[in-house]
Amino acid sequence: MTGGDMQEPLLTVRDLVVEFPMRRGTLRALDQVSFDIAPGEVLGMVGESGAGKSLTGASIIGLLEPPGRIAGGEIRLRGERIDNLPPEAMRRIRGRRIGMVFQDPLTSLNPLYTVAQQLIQTIRTHMDVSEAEARKRAVALLDRVGIPAAARRIDDYPHHFSGGMRQRVVIALALCAEPELVIADEPTTALDVSVQAQIIDVLKEICAERGASVMLITHDMGVIAETADRVAVLYAGRVAEIGPVRDVIQHARHPYTRGLMGAIPTLEQTSDRLVQIPGAMPRLNAIPKGCAFNPRCEQVFERCYSERPSLRQAAPNHQVACWLTEEGSA
Amino acid sequence: MLAFILRRVLQSLVVMLVVALVSFALFRYVGDPISTMMGQEATIADREALRERLGLNDPFVVQFFNFVTRAAQGDFGISYRLQQPVMELILSRLPATLELALVSGVLAFVFGVGFGVYTALNRRGWMSGAIMSVSLIGVSLPTFLIGVLLIWLFAVELQWLPSFGRGDVVALGDWWTTGFLTTSGRASLILPAITLGLYQMTLIMRLVRAEMLEVLRTDYIKFARARGLSNRAIHFGHALKNTMVPVITITGLQLGAIIAFAIITETVFQWPGVGALFINSVRFVDVPVMAAYLMLIAVIFVVINLIVDLLYYAVDPRLRVDRAGAGH
Ligand SMILES: Nc1ncnc2c1ncn2[C@@H]1O[C@H](COP(=O)(O)OP(=O)(O)OP(=O)(O)O)[C@@H](O)[C@H]1O
Ligand code: SF4
Ligand SMILES: [Mg+2]
Repeated sequence: MTGGDMQEPLLTVRDLVVEFPMRRGTLRALDQVSFDIAPGEVLGMVGESGAGKSLTGASIIGLLEPPGRIAGGEIRLRGERIDNLPPEAMRRIRGRRIGMVFQDPLTSLNPLYTVAQQLIQTIRTHMDVSEAEARKRAVALLDRVGIPAAARRIDDYPHHFSGGMRQRVVIALALCAEPELVIADEPTTALDVSVQAQIIDVLKEICAERGASVMLITHDMGVIAETADRVAVLYAGRVAEIGPVRDVIQHARHPYTRGLMGAIPTLEQTSDRLVQIPGAMPRLNAIPKGCAFNPRCEQVFERCYSERPSLRQAAPNHQVACWLTEEGSA
Repeated sequence: MLAFILRRVLQSLVVMLVVALVSFALFRYVGDPISTMMGQEATIADREALRERLGLNDPFVVQFFNFVTRAAQGDFGISYRLQQPVMELILSRLPATLELALVSGVLAFVFGVGFGVYTALNRRGWMSGAIMSVSLIGVSLPTFLIGVLLIWLFAVELQWLPSFGRGDVVALGDWWTTGFLTTSGRASLILPAITLGLYQMTLIMRLVRAEMLEVLRTDYIKFARARGLSNRAIHFGHALKNTMVPVITITGLQLGAIIAFAIITETVFQWPGVGALFINSVRFVDVPVMAAYLMLIAVIFVVINLIVDLLYYAVDPRLRVDRAGAGH
């Protein structure tokens, strides 16, 4: 797991387990999820619906909704544990050190407050600046995220803005206290296709300017390919594969990742290469023993039914949880 | 904005006209005003003369028009029972009712919102459970029973508070009398105000709780938490403000209901307000007083409605027309 020459990670997630205690037994929604995010790095996170991407984000920022709870593992921000902080200490990290962008800009903004009120309140919650100074920063930031006539528009209410513009406001709000890490949970899914690329670009550029890292959750492998430095593939609450984007896209090792990659429409790959993985991801109360992917895997063999493959180094910086890779490279 | 107000005022006028029509019909067709006024021994000629003098032989439209014109000037005629101008009677009773309604309304609003917010924020706490259970009693017990129970406990058994009347009052200006300025006046207000406000408080509390829980689940609250805003800012700023939008409407309408429901409370506590006056008028078929009371309640409802609309408009920016230049 030693990344060799990698600098100290900004975020470290180790063996994270998230459970939902239910009347009929406990559901394990995240099972030993591990990954790092380096300073300034964009980590893409992909996986089918229900794979646990949002739960991973919520665990990091400390907003798991009860009865969901972290039942194991640890989360560190610059080496300091943040998964067991008292609520007030965690609150001070949210917004200030870890920002979050949600999926739907139409519902993310409080309809009864102007953009200025929401921005200034957030800035002044975390920074000791005057109202006027906060406003100046807010205007500059709105301008930076691409709101035309920001100085005037800042006093408008959210409903005065279009969906794309609102998501820019949301990004400004997530970034206004200058966090080191931004978690973006499907930031463009709810938007018109024509503005999706612009929003991703704005997010990426500003984070790059400020040296902030990004955890970008998305279903869109095209966005990952263009935006992320590394990508983590989640399946049934487990990390299947994680590595540099190029490696993972061109030399996917996990059979599930290969199936997913078949779904990226790129110039070289024409549609006849689209691979559809048969079957569906298991429900949380019916995850099979051994490798969670075994019912759908074309290369499944005996060991896959009895032992769970853990994440192992397959290439520099590239880890895979599959017995095939284990045996191939060990 | 102006157009909005004008439209609402016009609607209010239409409502008032309809109520006026009902009052007028009551006036004209419940009992025979002539026999009520002259008694049994008057001659047919005398009756006919009075009928002519009162304009009762005029066509319906003319009579209605005269009724509305006089009503607009506050003239509802003379009470059959008390032989006093109706408007004078009502004005002398109105302060008692309005003060009672005001105190009940404020109690209902303050405790309703307070308990609603508390139970929403501490959903699993035992206190919340206790408040919710007690509030269930509040909605299911009839008002007069609550009044009687309160009288029995605090006036008869404990002898802490008076059981009836308004206590000593002080005149303020020409016609207003207030009980706020004397100890006995304030003490007399407590039991009737609780009786009258309890039901409304329960309603407001349950509404606030439900709305608040709903708002706390929204994305913008999640996003506010993700930005690290303090709990206080989130609960009492972002969440409460959104909760209040629908609550304002209902609460405003409840205030109208409080004034209307005051009839029962005033009867139980022998409170010298317009509600008690109305009940006595019904008993004696004192039609002018009944008609005037109807109109009064209608005016109060209409005015409250108007204020509620304007408040709603002030709280929710989405209802305002786009400001110039705030385009695309
Ligand atoms: N409150 C809850 N109670 C029980 N299970 C839950 C709860 N919240 C989430 N889960 C389960 O946790 C799993 C992961 O959910 P999560 O929202 O992280 O998925 P996701 O990868 O973000 O999916 P999507 O792409 O649809 O957003 C899902 O299987 C879901 O059913
Ligand atoms: S471990 Fe086995 S079942 Fe799982 S992906 Fe690898 S080959 Fe397929
Ligand atoms: Mg999700």
